[in-house]
Amino acid sequence: MKHIISLLMENEAGALSRVAGLFSARAYNIESLTVAPTEDATLSRMTIVTSGSDDVIEQIIKQLNKLVDVVKVLDLNDGRYIERELMLVKVKATGALRDEMKRLCDIFRGRIIDVADSSYTIELTGTGSKLDAFLETLDKTAILETVRTGASGIGRGDRILKV
Amino acid sequence: MEDRTPPITGAEILIRCLHEENVKFVFGYPGGAVLNIYDEIFKQDKFKHVLVRHEQAAVHAADAFSRATGTVGVALVTSGPGATNAVTGIATAYMDSIPMVIISGQVPSPVIGMDAFQEVDMVGITRPCVKHNFLVKDIKELAATMKKAFYIAATGRPGPVVVDVPKDITAQLAHFDYPKSVELRSYSPVVKGHSGQIKKALKLMLEAKRPMMYTGGGIVLGDAAEALTKLSRTLGFPVTNTLMGLGGYPATDKQFVGMLGMHGTYEANMSMQDCDVLVAVGARFDDRVIGNPGHFFSKDRTIIHIDVDPSSISKRVKVDVPIVGHVQSVLTEMIELLDGEFKSTLQARQDAPLQAWWKQIDEWRGRKCLNYAKSDLVIKPQSVVEKLWEVTKGDAFITSDVGQHQMWAAQYYKFDKPRRWINSGGLGTMGVGLPYAMGAQLAHPDAQVACITGEASIQMCIQELSTCKQFHLPVKVVNLNNRYMGMVRQWQEFFYGNRYSESYMDALPDFVKLAEAYGHVGFKIEKPSDVEAVLKEAFSPALKERMVFMDFLTDQSENVFPMVPNGKGLSEMILAEDL
Ligand SMILES: Cc1cc2nc3c(=O)[nH]c(=O)nc-3n(C[C@H](O)[C@H](O)[C@H](O)COP(=O)(O)OP(=O)(O)OC[C@H]3O[C@@H](n4cnc5c(N)ncnc54)[C@H](O)[C@@H]3O)c2cc1C
Ligand SMILES: Cc1ncc(C[n+]2csc(CCOP(=O)(O)OP(=O)(O)O)c2C)c(N)n1
Ligand SMILES: [Mg+2]
Repeated sequence: MKHIISLLMENEAGALSRVAGLFSARAYNIESLTVAPTEDATLSRMTIVTSGSDDVIEQIIKQLNKLVDVVKVLDLNDGRYIERELMLVKVKATGALRDEMKRLCDIFRGRIIDVADSSYTIELTGTGSKLDAFLETLDKTAILETVRTGASGIGRGDRILKV
Repeated sequence: MEDRTPPITGAEILIRCLHEENVKFVFGYPGGAVLNIYDEIFKQDKFKHVLVRHEQAAVHAADAFSRATGTVGVALVTSGPGATNAVTGIATAYMDSIPMVIISGQVPSPVIGMDAFQEVDMVGITRPCVKHNFLVKDIKELAATMKKAFYIAATGRPGPVVVDVPKDITAQLAHFDYPKSVELRSYSPVVKGHSGQIKKALKLMLEAKRPMMYTGGGIVLGDAAEALTKLSRTLGFPVTNTLMGLGGYPATDKQFVGMLGMHGTYEANMSMQDCDVLVAVGARFDDRVIGNPGHFFSKDRTIIHIDVDPSSISKRVKVDVPIVGHVQSVLTEMIELLDGEFKSTLQARQDAPLQAWWKQIDEWRGRKCLNYAKSDLVIKPQSVVEKLWEVTKGDAFITSDVGQHQMWAAQYYKFDKPRRWINSGGLGTMGVGLPYAMGAQLAHPDAQVACITGEASIQMCIQELSTCKQFHLPVKVVNLNNRYMGMVRQWQEFFYGNRYSESYMDALPDFVKLAEAYGHVGFKIEKPSDVEAVLKEAFSPALKERMVFMDFLTDQSENVFPMVPNGKGLSEMILAEDL
């Protein structure tokens, strides 16, 4: 099953490679990994999307907690959470495609953030599956380029990951 | 803070940190990046520097010093090749959870990343085989980093910590302030076990009909042999040790059923398979211990698991009652409860002790799985270990290399005390034996130290004979010379149709002459009737100060039994009598 794991770690050089190294050394899946400093500059927050059986996920959480640079770990799937990912897609926008792209973009509540003679760049936010759905809707040949940030996640309501 | 002592160099700070940590020995090898540090070593005499002949041996020796004493072992190597040579030693210590601090020199900060002379990314290379590592980037952080390194190495589940120090940092100046304590918000190992879980476990243990104590390296690392012995005796449970746990429970005690696992005793493996309540203490259900997991799970049993590292619990084997905590603390709490809250339950149980279970175990013991065919013509390796045990009165520090001889040492030398058995279990590193013996001998200068090795393994760190000479280390080498990589040959015999591919040790040196060339005493022993006399001579007062290399020509075709073949279940052992 897919899990979103959030963690806080020391904002130090090398901390990221410890986490990445752990996943490769122990052959855990890694679908996406995002990291950036938090409001407390000494801490970084990382979101990892992974998948595995319950036993594997349990080991992943334990192994992450064991890393000396990792301060706190939370499996978002243990409760209610919100997931968001940002995607930029550059699509062909010529002739009839120009209206079509605008229409699809509106349906998915995306925004066109760059307009050129023959292309649009669309910004879209949502869960990973929403972004997947958008890409599937598009004619493959119309997609010029995509870039995705990987998921970020946060617990709902009182679920707070803080030191 | 105002009236501080004058600033000192990074190199001096480093040395002062080692003094603060009460380090008695540093095992190392100099080179460009650590010259400033070596200059400071020259000027001090609070610890002794042991100059090895290869950096791998420095780390192994420091590792053994730690295993033999329970303190943090310290090694010092230069950048580049010095650092990479140390890696095997670090990985070996990591797999067996040995507390160590390894200081490596690094090229000067401004040229890091420039492919400088003797530059290697030590922090990157060692990341997967250390508990933690540091690159010191600021002289002001040096002392605090050293403090953290020692703290992290020794607490929780112990392990090696690398501190990589760029050369320019060792020359810069700073005030020396050694922190009194460390606090890391990201690291706080659990000590005390959950009381509710401990009581739940005790209740199950007292209801057990076929209980079993399966105990490992954690007992030795956590200095809990006494507590384990007391608890097991109070409960009357059978006890088995893993290869790493030997000595954690007295081997000559009647409740001890021997080592378990791939080359464990029949009675230990059968009890492990058939028990109804399994108490795992500081042991990690290694694949060499439980055999085929599917076969292991085919029997129903309740598992209690005590370990300081949560990730050791339910990793390979799902457990019913996990207890995260330090073995000493958890076992002591159990002992206290048995004398308090659980006293009446314990006494009530005394009416129906574990008679049926012990009867069954004694039946298994009756198979005498460690019996082997004696011979007057050729030296049986097992008999050498048995004789060694007699001659040293079971009280020596025994190190070993990796192979058949290692298993025979584990099976036939009965360890009654912890920290007497020093070997590489997790990584299985050939070459550790001699440097391990050096570390153990330095830790206990007056003790008998023997290295049980094979003719292949010993050649992997043979250069250390020179270190033994320089530091007057009267180690006794027991070379069980079967002219084969015996363990490899055994697998080839069993599983590869006797095709002995590259496992014959050709062109062996004359070990007696070799030992003599290094300034030691050498003996070659070819007849079973000479075994005892030579061992006695080697350990006699006349040779007390000398290193002795005993080259025993042993039976080439001998195999290690019992054996759980790869992929088989614990109770599917091959016994010597089956063949
Ligand atoms: C040729 C060869 C053959 C082998 N055959 C066998 C065999 O037949 N049988 C066998 O048993 N092994 C065998 N081994 C060794 C095997 O590979 C493992 O190294 C060994 O079984 C692991 O021992 P352990 O479970 O005691 O764990 P260790 O590696 O000693 O780990 C210790 C455990 O205790 C925990 N711990 C540490 N400190 C504390 C503390 N203070 N409090 C609580 N918990 C703590 C740690 O977290 C860890 O989980 C063999 C090795 C070789 C090279
Ligand atoms: C560094 C290293 N290389 C290879 C191995 C694989 N290996 C395990 S046992 C063994 C043979 C050891 O031979 P020897 O030292 O003569 O011991 P014996 O088994 O004959 O007692 C080998 C090659 C290892 N454990 N370590
Ligand atoms: Mg051999």
